[in-house]
Amino acid sequence: MSLTNQSVPLHPMKRDELVLGHKSLKDITDDICAPVERIPSKEWMGLFLTAKTLFIFYILTIAVVVSTGMGLLGVNHPVGWGTMIITFVFWVGIGHAGTLISAILFLFRQKWRTSVARSAEAMTVFAVMTAGIFPLIHTGRPWLDFWLFPYPNQRGPLWVNFRSPLLWDVFAISTYATVSTVFWFIGLIPDLATLKDRAKNKVRYMIYGALSLGWKGTAKNWSHYEMLYLILAGLSTPLVLSVHTIVSFDFAVSGLPGWHTTIFPPYFVAGAIFSGFAMVITLMTLIRIGFPTFKDYITINHMEVMNKIIMMTGLMVGYAYGSEFLIAWYSGNEYERYVFMNRALGPYAWSYWIMIFCNVLAPQVFWSKKLRRSIPVMFVVSIFVNIGMWFERFVITVTSLHRDFLPSNWGQYAWSMYDTAILVGSFGMFFTIFLLYLRVFPAISIAEIKPVMNVGKENEGAH
Amino acid sequence: MAKKTLGGMAAIFLEESKVVAAARKVRESGFTKFDAISPYPIHGMEEACGIKRSWIPYVTFIAGVVGLLSALALTYYTSVVDWPINIAGKPFFSLPAFIPIIFELTVLFAALSSVVALFVVTKMPRIDPPVIDKDLTSHKFAIFIPETDTGYSEDRISKLFNELGANEIKKVSEY
Repeated sequence: MSLTNQSVPLHPMKRDELVLGHKSLKDITDDICAPVERIPSKEWMGLFLTAKTLFIFYILTIAVVVSTGMGLLGVNHPVGWGTMIITFVFWVGIGHAGTLISAILFLFRQKWRTSVARSAEAMTVFAVMTAGIFPLIHTGRPWLDFWLFPYPNQRGPLWVNFRSPLLWDVFAISTYATVSTVFWFIGLIPDLATLKDRAKNKVRYMIYGALSLGWKGTAKNWSHYEMLYLILAGLSTPLVLSVHTIVSFDFAVSGLPGWHTTIFPPYFVAGAIFSGFAMVITLMTLIRIGFPTFKDYITINHMEVMNKIIMMTGLMVGYAYGSEFLIAWYSGNEYERYVFMNRALGPYAWSYWIMIFCNVLAPQVFWSKKLRRSIPVMFVVSIFVNIGMWFERFVITVTSLHRDFLPSNWGQYAWSMYDTAILVGSFGMFFTIFLLYLRVFPAISIAEIKPVMNVGKENEGAH
Repeated sequence: MAKKTLGGMAAIFLEESKVVAAARKVRESGFTKFDAISPYPIHGMEEACGIKRSWIPYVTFIAGVVGLLSALALTYYTSVVDWPINIAGKPFFSLPAFIPIIFELTVLFAALSSVVALFVVTKMPRIDPPVIDKDLTSHKFAIFIPETDTGYSEDRISKLFNELGANEIKKVSEY
């Protein structure tokens, strides 16, 4: 059969609208600035008080753990890495979707990213802040954490060990935190100038004026600004891939069965993007409920695209889980084989199957277009994915450590209530900062959404 | 003290397409120091204003190279010269193990220097800059011609702005 389609009438591909409704430039400014300029709603206050209470509880927990000692947590021989490292990897992973949206999708010219990029990038910054606390406390003496950095000192020649993956992590996480924060702030500058110009009182004017650094928006400034934005996106792209690669090196460079695998870097990066997008869906769902006007900017189409990414990355981690088993069997190494059989059938099998259910099975509902466009469904699935990805790190860390080469060296992880408190409390920190962010900064980039406001409206003469 | 800000004439527009056309016409009329102000980057504005490609990428490249060499020097000096110590039989200069450090510092130097370059070229941070119209960061556009520009004459410029369909013409005392 001939494949020519000359007789078939051509339907031009129509893009989906990125901004719903017929909004003028002023409407967009008003809509996005509104949550920052009005008295907070009851819902926001309720969420904020809950998160803040949890945050205070978290601070107290950390104070008790630091003053008493790491022994309060379940870490002991042989499981020397526990909640701290698991939750650290979890939060760093969450951050990755933000950079993917703000940098990688920018380089790919994905215009839909504009609606969610600001909040996703904010999520990155706050998630990395939340994550960074864990290794710092886990050192046991956090007041000496500056020892992590190489600096000239008077203790005779003494330097950090640059061959250690843990030190690579120090450099990777601190660089990632710095560059992400700068990238996010650079994106905010024009919008801060907008807020300054709209300010109704002097205090607002001064604060936003100082934060906007005197931005004027001249064509010459925009030209340099756009170039810088492109450069930062270009630098963030390899950076974000390097960060979770290096986090995975913390495990993969060791000689422990279950950790010592070459699949770890891509597997960690895919898992990070997977969990991060799930967190973006969770947060965006809440933002849509809290600020109903934002539904015109963060549309169901935006949510659907992200759900597709969740499904795809979910399949990638599922593939990695399977591949690990195959390689363990194919290696012919009995320790390697044992670790994986022990994961699926040993004392921690429950955590393994929670992980499989949440990460591999739950996202499969997104094959259905109806379900991936349903807000309640995607909210529930995103929570499942978050739980599943925390358990993935639990499985990797605890099941590999608790039974290694010598049976006389085996043991269990003695989970304590402080582990629970640290894990739960970290959400208090993250949500407190995120909710404050929603009140003080525009949650959607005003300057970036305006150039894409007419996408999908070409046929309506909207110009 | 020398006057740092400039006076001049500004035209306010309400439509993106008009301000781009106006910028092109103003340039064709022989003005060189004018600037177009918009709430968001406009596609085609750089070409209309005759703005050259930004030089920030050169800064990025040089800073990246400096970062790379600094990281190489840091790891080499500490691990080979100042404190050579045998770790698991690895060579003192174990380059593969230093690559993560070298990569991260390359990115860090390149990114931060590019930001500094933007601040230098846009003269930021600047306290309380003069504002022509408060809506220029929201929904209005402007063309500003400073009084130092060649052929500056208020009558001529008002006439030109009127022809270009400006919604408002302002005499600006400082910008």
